[in-house]
Amino acid sequence: MSAHSTSSSLKTYVAIWIALLVGTALTVYASRLDLGRFNAAVALTIATIKATLVALFFMHVKGASEKLTKLVVLAALFFLLLLLGLSMADYATRAWS
Amino acid sequence: MSDSQSAAIQGEAHGGSHNPALLHHFAEPQQQRDASSLGMWWFLATEVMFFGGLFCAYLIYRLKFFGDFGAASKTLDVSLGATNTAVLICSSLTVVLAVWAAQTGRRMMLVGNLALTLVLGLAFLGIKSVEYREKFEKHHVPGTSFQFQEKIPGHPDQYADPRHAQIFFALYFVMTGLHALHMIIGVGIFVWLLTMAWKGRFTPEYNTPVEMGGLYWHFVDVIWIYLFPLLYLIDRHP
Repeated sequence: MSAHSTSSSLKTYVAIWIALLVGTALTVYASRLDLGRFNAAVALTIATIKATLVALFFMHVKGASEKLTKLVVLAALFFLLLLLGLSMADYATRAWS
Repeated sequence: MSDSQSAAIQGEAHGGSHNPALLHHFAEPQQQRDASSLGMWWFLATEVMFFGGLFCAYLIYRLKFFGDFGAASKTLDVSLGATNTAVLICSSLTVVLAVWAAQTGRRMMLVGNLALTLVLGLAFLGIKSVEYREKFEKHHVPGTSFQFQEKIPGHPDQYADPRHAQIFFALYFVMTGLHALHMIIGVGIFVWLLTMAWKGRFTPEYNTPVEMGGLYWHFVDVIWIYLFPLLYLIDRHP
């Protein structure tokens, strides 16, 4: 909320916007390369970088005036990782018939 | 009237006339705004878990039926998907510009960016409906008329199992459909914000609805940032 009235924040927004577009082009390009098992890892890494940029700069998590916001974001990520991590630990170690 | 009472009234009047946007159970505008923000972030946290269950189901079946998912993913149109990603990213820029305009009291910039966001949101939904239409024409919609005859990428002699491809398309429709539903709700929210902005209801002192609507829109953008590579780009290399 604070200190968004300067034109420097406008420049930041445009820079993030360009970075997000470049990331989209990059992920389409990377999908055409044969990276074996790393195709998915590259795609998810680029997506996570893009999502982090949106959260930090467009959703103003970076400049949030109250620490509770950051706590909620971390709590959401923690429970998401629990959900995905424990489920994958189960299914990845099962003997599929 | 005692001296202390009149001093208190004068003090209140001196501290600025009563802000009509400040609800009586909040001490000050900043506290009211922080409460809204915290509530919005908790809502988004529940949305993370809501979509998280679907992403989890997707990951499990993708690990199990990788080849079939690759074949099904290859029938999606990457250029339409990438265009929609760019459309959403542009709408996220117009949203953040709208929030900035509201906070700095630029009414026409606010109205313009809210309108642009609406146009981009509707463009996204339009492109999505073109894609859905193609799925119906190709019988790629799960159900009794589902047909799928594609070869598994990297295995030119092996056809994908249509039952497994059907699971991919079921997840595709549920995930993109739920996302599209969020977009439709977002369009509704932004129509309301646009009306309020046009009437000049938002000021540098009170613009929380624009900020909260913006948080929602960005969140829906983040979901698509993951949906695009997961659904469209599984196994694209030649």
